[in-house]
Amino acid sequence: MEWPCGPQSQRSLRMSILDTNSRRDFFKGSLGGAALWCAGGVTGALSAEARAAESGAAAKSKVVVARDEKLRGAGPSVDSNRMLALIDRSMQTLFGRNHPTDPWRMLIRPGETVSLKVNSLGGRGISTNVQLIAAICRRLQESGVKPADIVIWDRDCSELERAGFRLAVGGDGVQCLGTDRIGYEQELSSYGSVGSRVSKILTQRSNVLINLPVLKDHDGAGITIALKNMYGVIHNPNKYHPNGCDPYVADLNMLPEIRSRMRLTICDATTAMYEGGPAYKPEHSWNANTLLVSQDPVALDQIGWQMIERKRAEKGLKTLDAEERAPKYIATAADAEHRLGNNDPKRISLVEV
Amino acid sequence: MSCSLDIEGKMNGQHPLDRRSFLKCALASGAALGVASVAHPAAAAASEDDSRYVVEARFYQRLQDRKIKCKLCPRECTVGDKERGYCGVRENRGGTYYTLVHSRIAAAHVDPVEKKPLFHYLPGTTAFSLGTAGCNVNCKFCQNWEISQSRPEQVPAQYTPPQRVAELAKQYNCPTVAYTYSEPVVFSEYLMDAADAAHAADIRSIVVSNGYLQADALKTAYGKMDAVKIDLKSFSESYYRQVVTGQLKPVLDTLVNLRKLGKWTEIVYLTVPTLNDSDQEFRGLAQWIKTNLGEDVPLHFTQFHPEYLLKNLPITPIPTLERAKAIADAEGLHYVYIGNVPGHPAQHTYCPKCRKMLVERVGFTASEVLIQKNRCPFCQQPIAGIWHV
Repeated sequence: MEWPCGPQSQRSLRMSILDTNSRRDFFKGSLGGAALWCAGGVTGALSAEARAAESGAAAKSKVVVARDEKLRGAGPSVDSNRMLALIDRSMQTLFGRNHPTDPWRMLIRPGETVSLKVNSLGGRGISTNVQLIAAICRRLQESGVKPADIVIWDRDCSELERAGFRLAVGGDGVQCLGTDRIGYEQELSSYGSVGSRVSKILTQRSNVLINLPVLKDHDGAGITIALKNMYGVIHNPNKYHPNGCDPYVADLNMLPEIRSRMRLTICDATTAMYEGGPAYKPEHSWNANTLLVSQDPVALDQIGWQMIERKRAEKGLKTLDAEERAPKYIATAADAEHRLGNNDPKRISLVEV
Repeated sequence: MSCSLDIEGKMNGQHPLDRRSFLKCALASGAALGVASVAHPAAAAASEDDSRYVVEARFYQRLQDRKIKCKLCPRECTVGDKERGYCGVRENRGGTYYTLVHSRIAAAHVDPVEKKPLFHYLPGTTAFSLGTAGCNVNCKFCQNWEISQSRPEQVPAQYTPPQRVAELAKQYNCPTVAYTYSEPVVFSEYLMDAADAAHAADIRSIVVSNGYLQADALKTAYGKMDAVKIDLKSFSESYYRQVVTGQLKPVLDTLVNLRKLGKWTEIVYLTVPTLNDSDQEFRGLAQWIKTNLGEDVPLHFTQFHPEYLLKNLPITPIPTLERAKAIADAEGLHYVYIGNVPGHPAQHTYCPKCRKMLVERVGFTASEVLIQKNRCPFCQQPIAGIWHV
């Protein structure tokens, strides 16, 4: 693959995405991680299909909601050490493991490339948190994933930069770029109502997709969390907003390029929005200091939706249903045709930590 | 293959085209049928200075919370700050709505006017034809989906301000500029400005459109056009909803309004096997045209080829097209054509009274035009159309 950017030095690349106070920890983790990976066994990663087959149709989907009221300390910024602890707690709870790297080893097979699909549309106000990404990159590397096999991405480079990410293309550090740098596949991928070109970052740089949405209200779709974040993967998201994005969201998540790679969703609800989305509206935002983690994006959306509804009720706002913008695409994603996950609360195991 | 046109005015005939550019060029300009053509510019969209394409939109309404409501097409998208409408080429920036495709040409060719197709408008002439990215519907059979269903930053484009459009039309001896390829509704501001520049240079403007726009926008934008070809994609609302992602009624309104505006109008009906090819639909369409627009409006039944998201259907059988024509003829329409079928006798123009051939066409070329002073030279029957510059 030809990359539009010229190569940068390894060191600057490794540091580039971590515009935080955790660079030293990052390197330590990276080196230590490599050693651990060599020494430890690697559990085979579980695809959605394998999980379904293993657990049976009636199995519950586990959604972990992890909170840390002191995530920001005294100031507005997220504390990187507390964020690392929060992601560890979330992942260890979800996978039932004691060591911070164990879940990642279960998730990623040796040699796989990992893409972290963030949501950077909301600028610094409400985009996937850079500290969260730094913590995940650290654990991935400690689990044996090479830095250059990790790519942080979204639709557009300038949006990534506005959200606080530093672009990094080429070299052997963690990569960070928008699809606008390398484009979309020429061939259409289609399912149901959707026919789209898929980002080459996903198709050519990713064996494993980790979805990293934010939690917010959406004027058209009702909410935008996990499933809707995949709009940033395709070239024509503007075509899929009618009818509250239904059935487009569900159909989009059925595209084989997405479905075959999707292994985990980590929703960044450190800052969340209950009204006025998707653009950032500080007056309708709150510091939820929360992560939602699941391998079932439908279940995660269902839980996230209820969080937004609770906040709306607290603020004296109507329900999304009363505003005729309930996210009906969640039920579509769970229906017999799509089977992307569970939306029935009885089939969701909510674990709050 | 001397196919590529440099918008800066130089022919690029010696530069080999890659396969993709060649196909685009060939498909859009009829090169496969031996028609001389020039093709789309090769600049990379990502490297362009986007700000020069950004002009405030002229058809929208400001709402609360920095939202806007687009008033260009019947969709009436409500668009939040930093978001785009359905077309993908109009963006809300802080409560002001902008077009992102003013002067942003994604395809440019010199085409025979018959390729639009306009059969009753200056036959045998060429049109400097252009289009930008974007479309306000999403037809599952779109043959130009690579530009129509893309955002402007995703397709190569070249900056071509209105004055330059007029200059290029002059340079290539085109009496008309044609706004076409994707959907001109979504680049209405550019179309209006280019039409003004062209008219100032004694060049006419024609538009090839789905007709899916609001009445006020139609009057303002297409009011500047000299001729219009409307793609009436079906005569059923369900087809428009399921296959086009639009509505039929506003398109019918557009056709009626164009007639009121006195614009020369022709209609194309892409005949898709099993989806819009029933006798009932053909008959209903022909009756509606005769009642609302008159018997002299040319109607083209064109052959479908599998494209984009409708690859599971076959090419329209010629007998289906002939059946459609027979029904429309029987309903009393004077000029019913069969399109996309080279060599078919129904691509010629016949006098509705004496049935003699008046315009013979070979491919996209009018090889013989016998009409004199807008009349049949054999029986003096008036022949509707704009026949001479």
